[in-house]
Amino acid sequence: MAYNDKVIDHYENPRNVGSFDKEDDGVGTGVVGAPACGDVMKLQIKINDEGVIEDAKFKTYGCGSAIASSSLVTEWVKGKTVEQALAIKNTEIAEALALPPVKIHCSVLAEDAIKAAVSDYKAKSGTAEDGYKVCQSAA
Amino acid sequence: MNQVMSPVGVDNHFELLQMPVRFRLDLAELDRHYLEMQTRVHPDRSANLSDAERRLHLQWATLTNEAYQTLKQPLARARYLLKIRGVDTQEEDNTAMPTEFLLEQIDWREELQTAAGDRDACALGRLVTRLKVERNTLFETLATLLDDDHKLPAAAALVRQLAFLDKLGRDINDALAALED
Repeated sequence: MAYNDKVIDHYENPRNVGSFDKEDDGVGTGVVGAPACGDVMKLQIKINDEGVIEDAKFKTYGCGSAIASSSLVTEWVKGKTVEQALAIKNTEIAEALALPPVKIHCSVLAEDAIKAAVSDYKAKSGTAEDGYKVCQSAA
Repeated sequence: MNQVMSPVGVDNHFELLQMPVRFRLDLAELDRHYLEMQTRVHPDRSANLSDAERRLHLQWATLTNEAYQTLKQPLARARYLLKIRGVDTQEEDNTAMPTEFLLEQIDWREELQTAAGDRDACALGRLVTRLKVERNTLFETLATLLDDDHKLPAAAALVRQLAFLDKLGRDINDALAALED
């Protein structure tokens, strides 16, 4: 299968590979996996006092598309509030990387990883679903 | 088989190979039944048959092979057993694996990457051994869930975990094969 240039670039030069301390209160960790292909993705976001994601890191073990999808979303989420990050859809990731239909699940995995990381952060910071402090500035 | 019957009435792979519908199977018995079936529908025995009967023989032979390939592999067998009991293992779309399990997978992957990078055949061999132990433990639990407790959704969740270990096993083997190049 021919990968497009953007996938290859993110695969060969993945951005933001690495880890944060997952015990850190300001860090949300999302780990997801796709049984069908055996891919595993860990995505971490570091959130500042203003509720903005100031940094993101990932570790993905899987195919080129899975690595590219996670690399791309770590770039996208930086500078966003957690709410804005939650609005990222797998279709946007798939479109940006021009993923073929058989690789769409890789972008789904990346979207799920963001959601998992955000919910881990929310659980840790103890903010309620219906009124979190991070959103107040946007309201 | 004097008159060749159509395989249409056969319900499932277990019935086709005359095995009990369960996860724990006597694999020697499975082999024996498979060979018996193969002998009965072997093309050599089709020589004097009509075209229609020959086609039925071929259908039986194809179904028998498919049934055997599915039942002899424990993961494929579990997946199939769940399917005929109406439970989808959701391996395509269920990404909600237990976090602990996924973090373990990351650890395995990191070790594999290090061992492969160092071209360390001993470390890769140790991974193979550990993986075998891990898989055996999970398959024992799976047998209990499927055959004794009939907890099918829990069994489906375990099949999803075993799918990861399957992929990991293939990747370790690839890394070992790469050392020989």
